[in-house]
Amino acid sequence: MSLASTETHSRSWWRENQQKLTPYIFLIPGVIFFLVYVIIPIFESFWLSAYSWDGLGEKEFIGMANYAELFDDEAFYTSLKNNVIWLVLYLLAIPAGLGIAIFLNQKVPGMRAYKSLFFFPFVISQVVVGLIFAWFYAPGFGLFYMIIEKVTGSEIAILADERFATYGIIVAGLWPQIAYCMILYLTGLNAVDPEQIEAARLDGAKSFKMLWYIILPQLRPATFLAMVVTVIGALRSFDLVSIMTDGGPYGSTRVLSFYMYEQALSEYGYRMGYGASVAVVLFLIMMVFISGFIWKMVGDERKGL
Amino acid sequence: MFPRPIEHQSRSIQISYQVLVPIALILWLLPLIGVAVTSVKPASDLAAGNYFGMPSSLALSNYADVFTNSPIGQYIWNSFKVTIPTVIGTLVLSCLTGFALGIYKFRSNVWIFFMFVAGNFVPFQILMVPVRDMTVNLGLYNTTTGLVLFHVAFQTGFCTLFMRNFIRALPRELIEAARVEGVSEIQIFWYVVLPLMKPAIAALAVLIFTFIWNDYFWATVLTTSKETQPVTAGLYSLNGQWIAQWQLVSAGAIIAALPPVAMFFLMQRHFIAGLTLGAVK
Repeated sequence: MSLASTETHSRSWWRENQQKLTPYIFLIPGVIFFLVYVIIPIFESFWLSAYSWDGLGEKEFIGMANYAELFDDEAFYTSLKNNVIWLVLYLLAIPAGLGIAIFLNQKVPGMRAYKSLFFFPFVISQVVVGLIFAWFYAPGFGLFYMIIEKVTGSEIAILADERFATYGIIVAGLWPQIAYCMILYLTGLNAVDPEQIEAARLDGAKSFKMLWYIILPQLRPATFLAMVVTVIGALRSFDLVSIMTDGGPYGSTRVLSFYMYEQALSEYGYRMGYGASVAVVLFLIMMVFISGFIWKMVGDERKGL
Repeated sequence: MFPRPIEHQSRSIQISYQVLVPIALILWLLPLIGVAVTSVKPASDLAAGNYFGMPSSLALSNYADVFTNSPIGQYIWNSFKVTIPTVIGTLVLSCLTGFALGIYKFRSNVWIFFMFVAGNFVPFQILMVPVRDMTVNLGLYNTTTGLVLFHVAFQTGFCTLFMRNFIRALPRELIEAARVEGVSEIQIFWYVVLPLMKPAIAALAVLIFTFIWNDYFWATVLTTSKETQPVTAGLYSLNGQWIAQWQLVSAGAIIAALPPVAMFFLMQRHFIAGLTLGAVK
């Protein structure tokens, strides 16, 4: 009897409060996972960067010594410089993607198939992209190598040449990135308001003016998204460097993410603390962009509410 | 429509456009076509310097060779063992979080939402040392489980963003009406909202499948042996063994690329809907 009454009591308590409690119950598993694997490790990395640690033994507190070492580390500057090159050249994916999208935005039989084939490079793994381009550049028989040899008469092994290796890798990275930006713009172009275009046409706006004053402003959400994924892609770049050159020749193609991996899990002994300090620098660079992006998203969110 | 529809142009422009598009496509995919052709060339062709011509015979034996002389079958299997549980786990978690953040108004809502969004943008290299250390301590280093747990957690960030925005766009009257009828919140989730989320679930399933299949960084950080490594990390070591045997490297690369490609062509509409979320207001 009393058992039944507590049950009905707790039931009605639940019924009254369920709207308040449900969201928390639904959030618990996801939030715990995300905290444990993503949020807390960010802080842990900051903390670890003040230690000298081989991954197994005792951690030794060394304060800012890792950062002081970075300051004089030639390889660190090479990586930093390469990241800047990556970032600048990667942004070319946005206009290139827009160009292809405009080129393909027609209603011709079979166009759908063409669009998905143009998008193809994005679907395959960066490891495969890296191998494809390694073949493309391969000295002696690579297609690109042969073309360069025919045109200029000089033999250039792109990936073995310190002057060109980084650019060779970036071109490989641009291939899927352009495809991604293209698909964003194709979707955006689909949603452009036809009435505005007609109105502008009646006013005599010609193609470039039309693009600049009428189309691009309407494509702003697509451009924002393309910007976000391109910046993140450029700063995260790791796969292609690892596959195509493994950081070489003579470490000239390292980027920060690759250098941190190399230091933390190097074959000459693990330097987890030093690796973490490289990661912290990368994180801080990224923070500049992230906070910009989030700022804009918060603004949009406020407007939306 | 922009640019001006080609139907309104002269006949000659239309024809040249239709000729130009396939040419542009071939140029665009040239490196890929080259690799595909190389993968069916007999080794003798390459030795004889036939790099660009047609294969002298169709050497599908390269593919057979890759399967018999390398553990690529095992690598592919490992990739499935990582990818499929990750897709399921991520979808379960993000349906829950997306529902909570999309339907309810409570004080910490925006903060939790932006935690997921911000975490999603983080350069994941900063997570490497702690996550690797934690995985070792849990005894999950060099297991597919260890890899799955991390992927589920990380992908939940992006998927929560996606699900929450999707649920926000659903008509609220449905939920209000159900509440008036006395339907409990959990039943609302299960019987009202979840059936409407099918397109979002499909889109995320293909996207996550592709992302995880193609992941290379975490595969190299958290797994080391051929019993556990996914095909991306496996290809890296095979590439080291197959120096200059480009017909094998090419065949291996094509094999590794096939599952996500098949996924893409089968579920194209969902894939693109997922990828371009937010590209249009």
